[in-house]
Amino acid sequence: MGPVPDMDGVVLAVEHLTMRFGGLTAVGDLSFDVRRGDITALIGPNGAGKTTVFNCITGFYKPTEGRLTLAHADGSRHLLERLPNHAVNRTARVARTFQNIRLFQGMTVLENLLVAQHAPLMRASGLSVLGLLGAGSYRRAEAAAIERAKEWLGRIDLMGRADDPAGDLPYGAQRRLEIARAMCTDPVLLCLDEPAAGLNPRESGELNALLRHIRDAHDTSVLLIEHDMSVVMEISDHVVVLDYGVKIADGTPGEVRADPRVIAAYLGVEDEEVAEVDAEVGLAVTHLEPQA
Amino acid sequence: MAGGLMNTKPPGGSALADVVRDAGLYALVAFGLCVPLISYRTDPGPAGLDLTPRWPLVAGLCAAIFVVRLLQRLVLMRRDARRASAPAQTDETLGLAPDAAIKLSTLALWAFIGLALTLPFVAALASGGLGEARYWIDLGILILTYVMLGWGLNIVVGLAGLLDLGYVAFYAVGAYSYALLATTFGLSFWICLPLAGLFAALWGMLLGFPVLRLRGDYLAIVTLAFGEIIRLVLINWVDVTGGGAGISSIPRATFFGIPFTAGEEGFAARFGLTFDSMHRVVFLYYVILALALITNLVTLRLRRLPIGRAWEALREDEIACRSLGINTTTTKLTAFALGAAFGGVAGSFFAVRQGFISPESFNFLESAIILAIVVLGGMGSQVGVAIAAIAMVGGPEMLRNLGFLKAVFGEGFDPNEYRLLLFGLAMVAMMVWRPRGLISVRVPSVALGKRRAISGAHVSEGHG
Repeated sequence: MGPVPDMDGVVLAVEHLTMRFGGLTAVGDLSFDVRRGDITALIGPNGAGKTTVFNCITGFYKPTEGRLTLAHADGSRHLLERLPNHAVNRTARVARTFQNIRLFQGMTVLENLLVAQHAPLMRASGLSVLGLLGAGSYRRAEAAAIERAKEWLGRIDLMGRADDPAGDLPYGAQRRLEIARAMCTDPVLLCLDEPAAGLNPRESGELNALLRHIRDAHDTSVLLIEHDMSVVMEISDHVVVLDYGVKIADGTPGEVRADPRVIAAYLGVEDEEVAEVDAEVGLAVTHLEPQA
Repeated sequence: MAGGLMNTKPPGGSALADVVRDAGLYALVAFGLCVPLISYRTDPGPAGLDLTPRWPLVAGLCAAIFVVRLLQRLVLMRRDARRASAPAQTDETLGLAPDAAIKLSTLALWAFIGLALTLPFVAALASGGLGEARYWIDLGILILTYVMLGWGLNIVVGLAGLLDLGYVAFYAVGAYSYALLATTFGLSFWICLPLAGLFAALWGMLLGFPVLRLRGDYLAIVTLAFGEIIRLVLINWVDVTGGGAGISSIPRATFFGIPFTAGEEGFAARFGLTFDSMHRVVFLYYVILALALITNLVTLRLRRLPIGRAWEALREDEIACRSLGINTTTTKLTAFALGAAFGGVAGSFFAVRQGFISPESFNFLESAIILAIVVLGGMGSQVGVAIAAIAMVGGPEMLRNLGFLKAVFGEGFDPNEYRLLLFGLAMVAMMVWRPRGLISVRVPSVALGKRRAISGAHVSEGHG
């Protein structure tokens, strides 16, 4: 193991992350930090490698090179690239959502939130033996799990639909439920893959409020991939921009949107178009330098 | 087939012409098939083969196919029209809302248990004596064995969504465990029963470790091969298993140590009854009933525990499970091992009932029947599996009793010979009308308010 990075205030340190698929380098030598208590946004044009980074962080891919260090508040460190897939959630406490929603469609909303609390419930059920015998300790643990689920149901405004199958919910509610389900695993880092995709303006407003609540009221930092710039610019504390698997900018939303390389990545290099999309993003065009 | 294609056309005056044309096409295809297969019959004659033309038969078959297809299209058209006029809330459960299905299946479960508990008495009363009721009690034992196997496999296929085509392997492991332990070491049935379950679970895990990273079709093929391997080992390892000759004179079950014999120490003498060989059969009946009910009870309870929910979540979406910290390998392995254990216990019961086992009893057809019971019943539904077991095992038996059909079809008619044909028809009918099984709704494992069933349309069938 190399020198332990200084993790002061950093929840996730990505160092020299490289992911190759055969001859294709999807992510090349990427390094960035996610600070504790921040909402960090990972943005970039389509195909920039954002979801690949997510899959590496959450254990679905084993990175070709690089180190992913996750630090808990108590000082313990976890090297995510060495953990088996499910342990990234269970021991390192990294939770995620998916770009194409992956709920348990045939199970109720409440059941979805209980499956997320599998590990503590499994322990309480004595690996099912105590539970099978109907032990009181398990029943109390289950009641507590249901209470916790109800708390989140209230938070995402789905209390009335707790007993409906998740597949019956409207799209926006499914997105919220997936976030609540991830939060039920009690994560220190929550990774959201395009949480605002397909939401209408009112729903993305609600999403922003939910994410702020998660950041402020829980000990959870948020890392999100997003294309909806209104969400990114409004709620993130920190933005990392990827293009062709390489980091091209890293900073506060204000810094990033003024960065000519970011604008070039999104728009190509024609100056006229720069101005156009700039307006779309809601920027003043005045300070922009012509492209090199 | 063509129906899906036709449905896209706008209904109207041309619809009837379409239907007739479609039916005509079917008749034409049937004619094409009939020409080489049916139109001439070959009989050995004095000078080689004699050809007997059978054109009237061909014409009759083609006409029948034309009419049946015509009727089918008309019925489907009417149904589509009805659906179009009343689009919402068409459910698949016998035309009932999911909640009514829950009530119905609870009722059916209790009816099943009630009937099963009283069957020996009812049969004895109806046929005028225990000895005369033997046929019915034996049939009951056979059905209950398959109910237990179906409930055991339901954990693997129905709940965890792992397609297992080699379930009979565990049945065989259980049967041979008891047979070998009892004949070699003289262990009693009641000690061997849990041991057989343990051995089968062990084999389930041995198979599971390398195999469970496979999914869907690949898993099905490997489990199929495993079933065959076990059977071939049983045939070829003659020193231990007796090979194709099997193992005979397996000790019979005792009433917790008291044998069912006519002597002083026998069951009848101890309990002050007159000796009747049927006591043993009735006892076996209640043993398998108890074992089946234990399987059911354990499954129902596990469904409400985190492990059961994890199984179902695994069936719904394995990737989401991993993202929630669920160790999918151990979760699959527990489902596999538990299903195997119940299969093993059923197998050891099979051995004690038969008194003789051979590899022939554990061929692929058995796996297929058990799987058919689970799929027919509705994956994950306990009641559905029980009903399907009665239909699949009891149905063919019933065919033996249809002697009156001889009056219709002539003396040489044996309804039993047509059972596979009828099976095939029943399967096709199921695929058309109830592709998700008899009871396709899912009952939630937990609810804040009233439990409401989930329509089968939402529930995933698993990908292995």
